[in-house]
Amino acid sequence: MKKYIFVLSNAAHTGTYLQETLDVILTTAAFDQSVAILLVDDAVFDLKQYQHSTELTFKDTSAIFQSLALYDVTNIYVELESMQAYGIQHSDLIMNAKIIDRSDVNSLIKQYDVVYSS
Amino acid sequence: MKFVIQINTSPYHSQASYMALQFAKAALKEGHEVFRIFFYHEGIFNAFRHSTPLDDELNMTQQWSALAKYYQVDLVVCISAAQRRGLLSSDESSRQGKVDNDLAEGFRISGLGQWVEGTLLADRFLVFG
Repeated sequence: MKKYIFVLSNAAHTGTYLQETLDVILTTAAFDQSVAILLVDDAVFDLKQYQHSTELTFKDTSAIFQSLALYDVTNIYVELESMQAYGIQHSDLIMNAKIIDRSDVNSLIKQYDVVYSS
Repeated sequence: MKFVIQINTSPYHSQASYMALQFAKAALKEGHEVFRIFFYHEGIFNAFRHSTPLDDELNMTQQWSALAKYYQVDLVVCISAAQRRGLLSSDESSRQGKVDNDLAEGFRISGLGQWVEGTLLADRFLVFG
């Protein structure tokens, strides 16, 4: 067993990128590995409320994020400075993610065996 | 050291797959093991059999096929990412009721379970692109 952290930096609905990354995350969790997610830069929009993806051609990735707890993926971190850069508050998020300071990102990542950048 | 590599971009979109190839060659020459190279997202375009650049241009697909032949590197293309973009092996296309054979020599099509297995067995996992 290994500890995986997926570091996402792209916004949702800009292609199939996030959907395919979530496929990797779900597969890793389905293989009973320890999985965490860190959202930085544009990826803070992945958890933004009021996404209307049914009007787009892409999958409703926010619903997939909300189903992650079923796979025991509960360690979801959002970088504070990225949220502030886009004026996103904790109350704007679809789920109760953990807010982390940029200065703590390095020590967080060091706790994991596999770092997946996306 | 045992490496597993993931490639996420198409050969003519960025330098990432060429950098990955150079890294893999350098590691193998130094006696390291490149256990598996996993092609995901737009990286599946590295595996298109019929990519036909001009003679004086780099043919990444041929480079990968040559690497797989020389070093027996396991080149795995993700099935869902490949099918979404129209890359079908001959047996997969017949299963879908289509006639096609897009997968270049040395590559194989498989699922994300191969990615998990690779990252579990590797000492180092690297993402390009």
